[in-house]
Amino acid sequence: MAAAPAVPQARAWRGLPALAAAIVGVLALASLVPEQGYTLNIVMQAATYSIAVAGLVVVLGYCGQISLAQAAFFGLGAYGVALGTVDFGLPFFVALLAGVVSATVFGVALGLASLRLGGHYLAMVTISFQQILTLVLTNWAGLTHGPDGVKNIARPSVPGLRLDNGDHYLGLCLVTLMGVTWYIWRLKTTRLGRAMQAVRDNEIAASTCGIDIFGTKVLAFGISAVLGGLGGGLFAGAFSYISPDQFGFGESIVLLTMALLGGVQSPFGALLGTGLLVILPEWLRFLRQVYLAVYGAAVILIMVFLPDGLWGLTHRLRRPAPVGNGAVTPLPLLSQRGTETAEVVMAIDGLAKHFGGLKALDGVDMAVRRGTVHALIGPNGSGKTTFINVVTGLYRPTAGRIAIAGQDVTGTAPHQRTRRGLARTFQNIRVFRGMTVLENVMVGAERPGNDIAEQPALVVERALAALDFVGLRSDAHRMVGTLSYGTQRYVEIARALAGSPQVLLLDEPAAGLNLSEKHELGLLLRRLKGHGLTILIVDHDMNLVEQVADHITVLNFGRRIADGGPRDVLSHPDVIAAYLGEPRQDAAA
Amino acid sequence: MSLVPQLLFTGVGIGAIYALVALGFVLLIRAASVVNFAQGEFSMLGAYAMVVLSSLLGVPYWVALPIAIVLMAGFGVLFAGATYWPLRHRGQLPVIISTIGASIFLANTVLALYGPSPEVLPGLFDTPGFEVGGVFMDSQYVAIMVTAAAMLLLQFLIFEKTLLGKKLQATSQDKEMASLLGIPVALMVLITFAYSAALGGLAGILVAPVLFVSVGMGTIISLKAFAANIIGGFGSIPGAILGGLALGIVETYGAA
Repeated sequence: MAAAPAVPQARAWRGLPALAAAIVGVLALASLVPEQGYTLNIVMQAATYSIAVAGLVVVLGYCGQISLAQAAFFGLGAYGVALGTVDFGLPFFVALLAGVVSATVFGVALGLASLRLGGHYLAMVTISFQQILTLVLTNWAGLTHGPDGVKNIARPSVPGLRLDNGDHYLGLCLVTLMGVTWYIWRLKTTRLGRAMQAVRDNEIAASTCGIDIFGTKVLAFGISAVLGGLGGGLFAGAFSYISPDQFGFGESIVLLTMALLGGVQSPFGALLGTGLLVILPEWLRFLRQVYLAVYGAAVILIMVFLPDGLWGLTHRLRRPAPVGNGAVTPLPLLSQRGTETAEVVMAIDGLAKHFGGLKALDGVDMAVRRGTVHALIGPNGSGKTTFINVVTGLYRPTAGRIAIAGQDVTGTAPHQRTRRGLARTFQNIRVFRGMTVLENVMVGAERPGNDIAEQPALVVERALAALDFVGLRSDAHRMVGTLSYGTQRYVEIARALAGSPQVLLLDEPAAGLNLSEKHELGLLLRRLKGHGLTILIVDHDMNLVEQVADHITVLNFGRRIADGGPRDVLSHPDVIAAYLGEPRQDAAA
Repeated sequence: MSLVPQLLFTGVGIGAIYALVALGFVLLIRAASVVNFAQGEFSMLGAYAMVVLSSLLGVPYWVALPIAIVLMAGFGVLFAGATYWPLRHRGQLPVIISTIGASIFLANTVLALYGPSPEVLPGLFDTPGFEVGGVFMDSQYVAIMVTAAAMLLLQFLIFEKTLLGKKLQATSQDKEMASLLGIPVALMVLITFAYSAALGGLAGILVAPVLFVSVGMGTIISLKAFAANIIGGFGSIPGAILGGLALGIVETYGAA
């Protein structure tokens, strides 16, 4: 495949032998070098903490949601192992599973309760959960042994592995850590990982790419709770003694600081930050009294001066892989070419949206036929933007019905309409700024319902084909934020095209473009039209609309005042009066 | 039975405190889109400023009070400079994280200086209170209610009747438009931070004789202010006040 060098998945798989070699090396090291008790403890602490911090990379770094209860999930895992082995006589791994499951259950429940709302709700809910758990661990002495903590926690007994031995147990922790690191690293380049980053960068755009925002957030938070529980469970086995004060709010802040310092965008950042903050306090013992104050100040300083953490600094050293110039399979646009008596792809009947007494839309009908370019025009305040927001599912209509490809989608969420084949661009560009151009378009190609959405190699190919179509192939590995405004619009169009939509909705694509960019846009739209893609375009630019439209609908004050072929509509006296103000023959002709 | 009105009296008193803090909280959300996790620390710092001034330096209470409020306003500007200003173009999440950092930093710095044992601040008045119709009116609660009502009235007058208030409102509604109209948006945001910190500090000083002055009071008050906002509708000013009062009353009845 020509695009092989550009495939992140391929890179990840190539790293596998290296990872295996690293695991063997570390194991050999861990078992050959008899560690001093002190060093052993430090490494053990760093390894188990790193697993929990990797969870923060997923929820905070990838998905952009802030959790302040990672120490609580760590504690649930630790108490699972402690109480399971000491009080209930369970084997270590069964107790570990119980701890991880309880952390997961609480994590998912908290996520379900708070993640539908803004990011600060999760922060507040997790702070409260953290406080409640500390109180329960301290005061429910009958179950938790209270403030004295749990002693004599067992390590696993596996025949032949002698895991009760410190070095060997450390080996177990390190292997787990490596597995977690590898998983989190790989996750970033998977469909789920891209969905999380899309949610982080722009929720509205993510939902119109077919991503279930709420589900993705809950999943990210759930994964972080699992990793918190796993790290905590191993921690309990490592130190054979735990107490409630090890899992308080302060520790959650410590874990957060570790993630931020190392860099939340990569599991290697988690390793780096955790390693530093486990070792540094040992050197800076004189700070013991004020270490939390120092961490608090560090959080602010990192946010201001080192937003991507220490690991983020290494990004400047890396060069993106070059993009292959080989031929790509062209976009499958032709398959959608319509016939003369084209069917209706999108039917809108009696659509109304009232804001209090204001009737922004008042009984609008429209039929977009397959293979046509349908333009929606109207003066400012005529209801065009409301129309788009209702059609794409961002607003709920007051009355009326919307059907895509014959299926009623009136009450559905934006991502469900995308599943039916609706793609859109935005008047105010909404791209995923933390991602490359290629990754942006891959999110589009992964539209649920797209034929190739489940096949990673074909997703890359389709995304490159879409970039090729809009002429951005050579920019595939640039961060999207480094492109000009006009070029970002093409990224949006490519993102929509890569999903092979039934209908492409372009919301004022010419807004903010200069003359030559507008000209190029006109050419691109004519090419798309030539390929038979169904397009609904909303714009002010009469020149552009005249060039491409087969059919025009005109709105004014929320009502449809004209509908038909361009020549008839643009010479309609009502349209001239409403849309152009004074009759201006040059624009209307 | 005077229990019901007695509890109502106490509930409204505590609720008035929550309302004041929630008000400062919501003003920052509106003016700067900042969800300030260190809002409760404003109250904690205000109370400790009074402890330092009146107990340590021996400044008379009624002199120390305005000094503490002015100090808190100045602190609000400092706070904005550290946690909000450098991050203001980077979206909500970095600012939220930095206010969390600030909350941890402030609480633990005070902890290092003053230790975990709570300090005592005297009330505004020496008299314990008086009885009206079977309800004991604790003088501190009366002071809390009167001050809260006065602050709300003052804020209403400033926001609705002065040019400064109009500018602050314009800034909170649409920063871009406000700056196009020649309103110094940055200054308005700083004023909001100063006012929010002063309001929080005042609430901390008022509640100190009831709750004691401790490092942990910040987190508790933050959570209550956040809850008050959720009850009243996030980002709504009347909602914050009503939510605070409702929370205080429910909490008092719940505890009884």
